[in-house]
Amino acid sequence: MGVVTFTMDDVQYSANEGDTILKVARDNGVHIPTLCFLEGLSPVGACRLCLVEIEGSPKLFPACTTKPAEGMIVRTQTERLKKYRKMIVELLASEGNHQCAVCVVNGHCELQDLAYEVGLDHVRFPYLYPAKTLDASHKEFVIDRNRCVLCTRCVRVCHEVEGAHVWDIANRGINCEIIADMNTPWGESDLCTSCGKCVRVCPVGALLEKGATVGELKKERGFVKVIVTARSKHEWITVEDHEEE
Amino acid sequence: MTIEDLHELAEKERQRQAQYKYRILYCSSAGCVSSGCEAARTALKQALEEHGVAKQCELVGTGCLGMCGEGPLVLVHNDQTLYQRVDATIARKIVEEHILKGNIVREHTIDLNDPFFAEQKKIVLENMGKINAESIEEYIAADGYSALVKVLSGMTPEDVISEIRRSNLRGRGGAGYPTGLKWDIVRKSPSDQKYVVCNADEGDPGAFMDRSVLEGDPHRVLEGMAIAGYAVGANQGYIYVRAEYPLAIERLRLAIKQAERLGILGNRILESNFNFHIDIRIGAGAFVCGEETALIRSIMGRRGRPRPRPPFPSEKGLWDKPTVINNVETFANVPPIIRNGASWFTSIGTQKSPGTKVFALAGKVKRTGLIEVPMGISLRKVVFDIGGGTPDGSTFKAVQTGGPSGGCIPEQHLDLPVDYESLQSVGSIMGSGGMIVMDNTSDMVDVAKFFMEFCMDESCGKCIPCRVGTKHIYMMLDKIVKEEGTEEDFALLQELCVMVKETSLCGLGQSAPNPVLSTIRFFREEYTKKLQPTSCYEGNASTITETNGEQK
Ligand SMILES: Cc1cc2nc3c(=O)[nH]c(=O)nc-3n(C[C@H](O)[C@H](O)[C@H](O)COP(=O)(O)O)c2cc1C
Ligand code: SF4
Ligand code: SF4
Ligand code: FES
Repeated sequence: MGVVTFTMDDVQYSANEGDTILKVARDNGVHIPTLCFLEGLSPVGACRLCLVEIEGSPKLFPACTTKPAEGMIVRTQTERLKKYRKMIVELLASEGNHQCAVCVVNGHCELQDLAYEVGLDHVRFPYLYPAKTLDASHKEFVIDRNRCVLCTRCVRVCHEVEGAHVWDIANRGINCEIIADMNTPWGESDLCTSCGKCVRVCPVGALLEKGATVGELKKERGFVKVIVTARSKHEWITVEDHEEE
Repeated sequence: MTIEDLHELAEKERQRQAQYKYRILYCSSAGCVSSGCEAARTALKQALEEHGVAKQCELVGTGCLGMCGEGPLVLVHNDQTLYQRVDATIARKIVEEHILKGNIVREHTIDLNDPFFAEQKKIVLENMGKINAESIEEYIAADGYSALVKVLSGMTPEDVISEIRRSNLRGRGGAGYPTGLKWDIVRKSPSDQKYVVCNADEGDPGAFMDRSVLEGDPHRVLEGMAIAGYAVGANQGYIYVRAEYPLAIERLRLAIKQAERLGILGNRILESNFNFHIDIRIGAGAFVCGEETALIRSIMGRRGRPRPRPPFPSEKGLWDKPTVINNVETFANVPPIIRNGASWFTSIGTQKSPGTKVFALAGKVKRTGLIEVPMGISLRKVVFDIGGGTPDGSTFKAVQTGGPSGGCIPEQHLDLPVDYESLQSVGSIMGSGGMIVMDNTSDMVDVAKFFMEFCMDESCGKCIPCRVGTKHIYMMLDKIVKEEGTEEDFALLQELCVMVKETSLCGLGQSAPNPVLSTIRFFREEYTKKLQPTSCYEGNASTITETNGEQK
């Protein structure tokens, strides 16, 4: 496998061919904000938070899907990028209902962290807050679509890791929604194995466990670790668990 | 079928046509279908039979004759007489006077020397008004498939690509990417399987260029695709066409069947070693499915959502295989380029944008319809000579090109030549060929709102800037239209437009703000006069700096 050398924020890095800019950045402690990306799932370049500048192109490129080329000059923290990242979080905050004070992931929420990170102190757009549905038909989990940021991590983890493909996206544009099976109540899904992977990878409080109270639920931040599906309630077996055993 | 057989078939067809005293062609494209060409056809047929001349005359449905606003149109081919608004009575008159006695019914004709026709240059539309849209024999008799014959009987794939590269043909789907270069990349991508895809999604509101080509001359597109397949080493092609185009789908199906029957498509085409199959894929008519990566996913049976490029479809397309994807009109240009040579093509149009472009001319002009003009023609000529200018009593305000991804071009830029770079320089784009003329009755903020509503509804929702941004832009425009917007809203609107343009994932979001930005650029006062003063507006900022003296 070849190696490419490129510059990121004035520092030279070498990357294995095939690695993305985000991977090299993370491996070397360069922080680029992300939301839709989760290691272990296929990158989709959807949230646009990780956009970077590449010298010679007027376009911006998502670090999570773009591979460095030899001699490339990448910038990850320009004023323009910072402004756009802040606006993206601002748009998200205006879109759904994100009342942190009454949310199960309060304090462990990636959206909340992003808002702090980009310095979002107020929202200049009117709040849209469309009335979306909450589905509590599953015996262990709940999906509250009002809090969903449409990152599609749940869709991908269920399809790519669990192989069940319960989740999908319905509708278009601002009316997009995450649905189970062909838009049936989650509890009636034939495909769902109740593995709980989607709940763990959801960056916000849209997918949650029944019985969790405000601020209680912690989610997955790094590599998708859940490898065993059979489990009893609230006992995930992760890679680390195995190593400890 | 061998190449000799094909020549023989062409000759036979020419003889068959020559035996008729008159060939009467009625437009059977969707525009004239809706204005009643079927009634005209029946009346013509009846009259011909009643007068016992049905055997000496051939009555055929042809492709779009262009002046869709004046349909149903009927063309008497022998003396090139074009009749407009042909109803049953006029149809009878045409038979009784023109066909029987040779007296042209002047009061119902359109002068073919009218600038509407005279300023046009037909390459893509050359067979409209010449051949029966449903007959492969007529296409072959009009030199059809001779480019494919030329390619198979002596050109290497490299020859074909170098000819297309020298012709400097650029993609007619909007962005103007050099077609030869795209083919070359696919050719050089190593793979056991490659594909050719024809983009017939045509999602721009009001556009019907591609539909007309498919309805009027479907074989031209098949021939272009087969040549592409030969050049890049693909054996399978797909045409992605929206379900709203039932007539185009029907004609394509028929055309594919005819070509397969004659051995022009399928295995061992014209007894060569080249195999090429074409299948139709019908889309549900989402605008975003015209975006190439979304279209490819849609063909694969998945949700039509774009993905970031690179990798481009030319490296990773359908089922991750190298894929050529071109617009209908791009493919339609290929056979004449191969037939007549690259230097013939570059002699038309401009150096950077050779050839012609088909437009659907609509809005506030006297003559609307389907036109094909040489690149480099001025917008003024298109609007005022071909379109005949705005209707009496109204004045020209702007011409919109590029649909929801384009912009409005005002009077002062009307002398700009129609080519990719010039239109871009004034904040619009060539687009796929929608052209809407607006007069003084159009409110430009309302125009921008209309296009933004379209983009908002058609956004796939994948990326945040487009999904949420278009909604907010739309709401701000609505507020301004209702005269409830403030200076702050107007500033925020512009900031958001630039952000959505620069950060969206695909071309839909990246170009959705164009209509807003271009109307702000040229018609700013239409926005500002609708704004409400904000509280801080009273303490005018420039006065403060002036009193401070040294700040400026
Ligand atoms: C939102 C969107 C819609 C599009 N719709 C069409 C379309 O309807 N027809 C088309 O040919 N190209 C369309 N395109 C452009 C295609 O992505 C692609 O560039 C084109 O098919 C390439 O063909 P060409 O090189 O022959 O122009 C669209 C692009 C975007 C971003
Ligand atoms: S439910 Fe959670 S994981 Fe799924 S799309 Fe919404 S925010 Fe993302
Ligand atoms: S720009 Fe719009 S249409 Fe394109 S991917 Fe993003 S949300 Fe979808
Ligand atoms: S993390 Fe790269 S686009 Fe979302």
